[in-house]
Amino acid sequence: MGILDFLKRKPEATASVARERLRIIVAQERSTRGAPDYLPMMRNELLEVIKKYVHVDLDAININFERDSGHEILELSVTLPEGKQAAKGDNKDEAKTG
Amino acid sequence: MTAEIIVVTSGKGGVGKTTTSASLATGLAMAGKKVAVIDFDVGLRNLDLIMGCERRVVYDFVNVVHGEATLKQSLIKDKRYDNLYVLAASQTRDKDALTQEGVEKVLEGLSEEGFDYVVCDSPAGIEKGAHLAMYFADHAVVVVNPEVSSVRDSDRILGLLASKTRRAEKGEPPITQHLLLTRYNPARVAIGEMLSVKDVEEILGIEVVGVIPESENVLTASNNGIPVIVDANSQAGQAYSDTVARILGEERPLRFVDVPKKGFLQRVFGG
Repeated sequence: MGILDFLKRKPEATASVARERLRIIVAQERSTRGAPDYLPMMRNELLEVIKKYVHVDLDAININFERDSGHEILELSVTLPEGKQAAKGDNKDEAKTG
Repeated sequence: MTAEIIVVTSGKGGVGKTTTSASLATGLAMAGKKVAVIDFDVGLRNLDLIMGCERRVVYDFVNVVHGEATLKQSLIKDKRYDNLYVLAASQTRDKDALTQEGVEKVLEGLSEEGFDYVVCDSPAGIEKGAHLAMYFADHAVVVVNPEVSSVRDSDRILGLLASKTRRAEKGEPPITQHLLLTRYNPARVAIGEMLSVKDVEEILGIEVVGVIPESENVLTASNNGIPVIVDANSQAGQAYSDTVARILGEERPLRFVDVPKKGFLQRVFGG
């Protein structure tokens, strides 16, 4: 680091940001590689259905597609929020009090 | 004896596929191999310019595929190396002009002509042209820049190489994958502004076969229509020579990946 360098504006070290973002997106894309094209759309539609009953967001739905010799496995897992937060139930309560 | 087919691919455009194809083909020819380099970018011919033979294109790849010219008529002999030939892409036809059968016929023809290596310069993207360029390959050179979109696209391409090629479909031993990092700037890596060789290797889970430093000589070479590998004084040229040697099985340490040590005056005054 020279004396003159102190006068220059220091650039941000953004390579680590790039590295972390890439790590996540590459891992995510690899997990769905080779899977049918309809998976993302199905995931969104499932989310809409589930949302009618429970408050969940997109991250709560995990779809895994695996191809073994001869057969394919579609694995679906939904993480429900802790405690009772049924959407319908909440609405009814609100209707009573309001 | 069948020719070894090497595809140079990347997914993302503008990362250095054609520069790499030209230098790789020339480097293999410099090593005494009989080499043909094919431009698969139908409609956007450019390899001829980088190889410096643009005014000698009479017949192209599509002409051969459609039987309008023979392979011999269409191969353009390089002006520097007798054992190096260029097959240009068509400028006029639509991109459906190439077919899998047609490409296979041309590659078989090159094997019969005694070629040792065929370098396939893939178009950007993952459409038909890119698919055909990689389909028959034995080796792949995936060109990547230390930049987010290029790294992500390379991962996609690595996946396609492992699944959508003849070797994968026939259950043969997989394509040998080589990762080539280009436009590398060690100074920017040192101050944390650019992904390092190690970062890219870790993210993609594959070792690099070479690192080409960002260099003004690459533009100079393309201005002149001389593959940069011919410029033995340039760092980029030397890095390409190392890469070709490694692809041929030689072990060579990576060069030009660290910032050169600064002298006393530079350390005091910066720069």
